[in-house]
Amino acid sequence: MSKKYVVGYDGSAASKRAVDFALDRAKASGASVVVAHVLEWSPYSFLTPEELEERHKRRGEELARAESAVTGPLQKEIADSGVAVETVIKYGHIADTLCAIAKEHDAAQVFIGRQGESGFTARVFGSVAGSLAQSSPVPCTIVP
Amino acid sequence: MYRPKTIAALAAAGVSLSTFGAQAQSLDESINQIFASSTGWFVSFIFSPFPGTSFPWIVAWLVIAATIFTVYFALIQFRAFPHSIALVRGDYSDPNDAGEVSHFQALATALSGTVGLGNIAGVAVAVGIGGPGATFWMVMAGLMGMASKFTECTLGVKYRNEYEDGTVSGGPMYYITKGFAERGVPGGKPLAILFSIFCILGAFGGGNMFQANQAHQQIAGIVGDFPGWITGVLFAVVVFAVIVGGLKSIARVTEKVVPFMGIMYVLAALVIIVMNFDKIGWAFGQIFEGAFTGLGVAGGMVGALIQGFKRAAFSNEAGVGSAAIAHSAVRTKEPITEGFVSLLEPFIDTVVICTMTALVIIITGQLVSDPETGLLVVENGTIVTATGASGVGLTSAAFESAFSWFPYVLAIAVILFAFSTMISWSYYGLKAWTFLFGEGRNKELVFKVLFCIFVVIGAAANLGPVIDFSDAAIFAMAVVNIVGLYVLMPIVRRELNSYLTRLKSGEIKKYA
Repeated sequence: MSKKYVVGYDGSAASKRAVDFALDRAKASGASVVVAHVLEWSPYSFLTPEELEERHKRRGEELARAESAVTGPLQKEIADSGVAVETVIKYGHIADTLCAIAKEHDAAQVFIGRQGESGFTARVFGSVAGSLAQSSPVPCTIVP
Repeated sequence: MYRPKTIAALAAAGVSLSTFGAQAQSLDESINQIFASSTGWFVSFIFSPFPGTSFPWIVAWLVIAATIFTVYFALIQFRAFPHSIALVRGDYSDPNDAGEVSHFQALATALSGTVGLGNIAGVAVAVGIGGPGATFWMVMAGLMGMASKFTECTLGVKYRNEYEDGTVSGGPMYYITKGFAERGVPGGKPLAILFSIFCILGAFGGGNMFQANQAHQQIAGIVGDFPGWITGVLFAVVVFAVIVGGLKSIARVTEKVVPFMGIMYVLAALVIIVMNFDKIGWAFGQIFEGAFTGLGVAGGMVGALIQGFKRAAFSNEAGVGSAAIAHSAVRTKEPITEGFVSLLEPFIDTVVICTMTALVIIITGQLVSDPETGLLVVENGTIVTATGASGVGLTSAAFESAFSWFPYVLAIAVILFAFSTMISWSYYGLKAWTFLFGEGRNKELVFKVLFCIFVVIGAAANLGPVIDFSDAAIFAMAVVNIVGLYVLMPIVRRELNSYLTRLKSGEIKKYA
């Protein structure tokens, strides 16, 4: 079985660097790449009655938008990289969901870009890269 | 939430609005008169007591229904309690459904529609008239009410309409129509129409005018008296922005702040109780003794019982059918799971929050009792209080005795609770409206604009009869809804048995 690399991608420049980095490694080692886009979502947030009613519809719209605006364009851009790429879009807490995806795909490694927030914000709110480094089930590469 | 009857008392004690101009006063009076003469019979019918007693039949109707559901589902509220918590935590939610409405979200939204004035003002009235013993009966009624909620919310999800665009509509009007047809029972449609009419009236009244009125009383209590229409217009603008303008951010902020206020309220109450820990034993003694002797309140044990039952029913709305509308949006393959989740609602609303209010009032010694006989001092049917306050004022005084700044927090809480209740009820009313008149932008707009107009009317006038009427309309919802629940309860039992069997066999499994 060939190796799989999971890369977190949200359309930002930092996450694009992570994708490029992962693609280079994948090419060298013959691995395939899973590009994961996670929509931040908590089942414990509070919604109004109208939002409850429309949630299912909105979810469909959000998934379609994520595909057309985030993962779709990326797939086109890297189509000629020579690496087998698949994409997944999921809802959830970003770091936890990336870990779940890595487990599900039996990934060899996880790659993620970092936003490089200043110490204060990162300290108060935590950073995705930081929590992923703490909780990842497989080796995790943080691309600056 | 709302609680008109309470407020009649409050209003009498408190501010008579709009000293500004006799014109508004006479307008109020004429509206009062028109309403009183045309709706008085309906109000007195709904709230009429059994002959020779002071026990309103509508309260008995709700409590008997709750008891029947409790027996029919073999104490489901206790059997399923741990499973309900597991469902809310998301233990049984498929991770692939992330992004859909979770059980927690449906519960939180439904709760923000019910937690409110009933928990603050209603309880004070219950304890102020029925004494500490009323607390015991309130908790009993809350525990029983869990079975009613379980029944109605299961049906709400089971018979909701799912449209092609992915939106859903549910509630008693849908389960009464579809469920009756399924069981071959005639009369579903007329009953559903009747329910919708009461629901719209209840939404305009208890879910709207009453809230605006109370919010104004609170603001006036802090900044001094000023014309109610000012508060009304301000509220109406914000409500308009949310329900017509689609300015979701305001609603979202409220929906976030309200649970926070609720938690803060309970924490403050807990702190006060802990500060007086030496009196906890005494307070519970008063509650149990009062429950069976009345401790000298008007009507003795029965007096305490009526007050407790009444306020619990008024506060958690179990059996009214409103919660079934809010709960029906959850994404689940098993309607019964939403029933399990919803049974936590009367528990949180009545058994936890209402009890906290009652304990704080008792423990801070607001109720004056005769040191020699140990009986409460009663004047004109109500218990004499340390500060002479009643209703919201009594709760406020109880908290103030521990934290001098608490009345301000309480005022903000009342205003936010009022606002979130209005938003919830505007939705319930709208669902009933579209059930009657069909969906469509213009039809919905008519309802929403009417709703905003009623906000101004509610805040501007001291509309005792209008408020009584709207309260009656909400309870009329319960008359229709519970008839529906009796007809459809075998369907719920079938769902329940099938689910429990599959849960036991491991077919339904935990994800977390």
